[in-house]
Amino acid sequence: MKSYYFSGYNIGVRLIDDFLARNPTVGRCNDFRETADILSKQGFKTYLGIAPSITNWSPAGDEFSLLLDGNPLTEFVELPEGPGQKLSYNQIICGAIRGALEMVQLEVECRFVQDQLKGDNTTELRVKFLKKLVDALPVGED
Amino acid sequence: MQSSARLRSSTLDRSLQKTKGDANLSTFALLFSEMVQYSQNRVDNINDLQSRLADFGKHVGIRVLDLFFYRAGKDKREVRLTPMLVFIQKVFWKFLFNREADNLEQHAQEVNVFSFYLDYLIERECLVNKFISVPNDKGNLNCASFVAGIVESVLCSSGFTCKVVAHQGTRGTTYVINFDKTVMERESRLDSK
Repeated sequence: MKSYYFSGYNIGVRLIDDFLARNPTVGRCNDFRETADILSKQGFKTYLGIAPSITNWSPAGDEFSLLLDGNPLTEFVELPEGPGQKLSYNQIICGAIRGALEMVQLEVECRFVQDQLKGDNTTELRVKFLKKLVDALPVGED
Repeated sequence: MQSSARLRSSTLDRSLQKTKGDANLSTFALLFSEMVQYSQNRVDNINDLQSRLADFGKHVGIRVLDLFFYRAGKDKREVRLTPMLVFIQKVFWKFLFNREADNLEQHAQEVNVFSFYLDYLIERECLVNKFISVPNDKGNLNCASFVAGIVESVLCSSGFTCKVVAHQGTRGTTYVINFDKTVMERESRLDSK
């Protein structure tokens, strides 16, 4: 499970470059709501072909849910019986979101609260804003 | 226990028809790169790395062939060698990569009494290698072993037992298909009818 998360993180770290290169109009976000919007309507749309809906904002506006309607990564996936049921297959997406946002100086926490693979009705991903990273140099540039 | 298992909507309940557009190339390339890195951390030499990638491919190939027949609604399967290879080069490659493989060649070789054929499937620019630059110290690594694995399991599960190896040549990636003796014997038996 950890391994999926770190694979995702590595992907996210590189994906953000690709994303910014393809979408030159995307600038700095003014607030977290704008970040959520771009993440769903442009990020997910480009790379997974889906646009999850954004709901369940926390009152403070620092945490939201993404509802994934169908997920191309899990199209043919069935969790095996037994211990395999605990596997968080989608963890790779969490890692990618964290990695990508970290590269634009936003530290977030990302986790799945509901997962269709585990028999829930929908797949819900929770993203929580932790802090703005300041003066964070990219790895290897210190 | 049983009723909860039944309520759960499984992947088998979903339609097999293709619903969305093609996968994004960047997403694929990054996922593939993670697969290569994952494998690389678990092996000590290039050959093991390639066979690990081929194993991934075999899992894909056997399933994707089934999926192809469901989606294409084809009810004819090839039983002769050459039509089967042409099918892979043209139709199946298009299904996987949205283009045909560039070339198909047959090279006769004589070993002892048996003369057997090595079939070459050639691709100038391989999709999985598009963003991969092989470091100098890893000389003959070719990540298209993954694709070789797909081809091998497609052929094997269609009744053409074989070994497929990916080579990096001057003309791009060459998949060398080495058929089992039984396949060649069957072919010559069918030829003589």
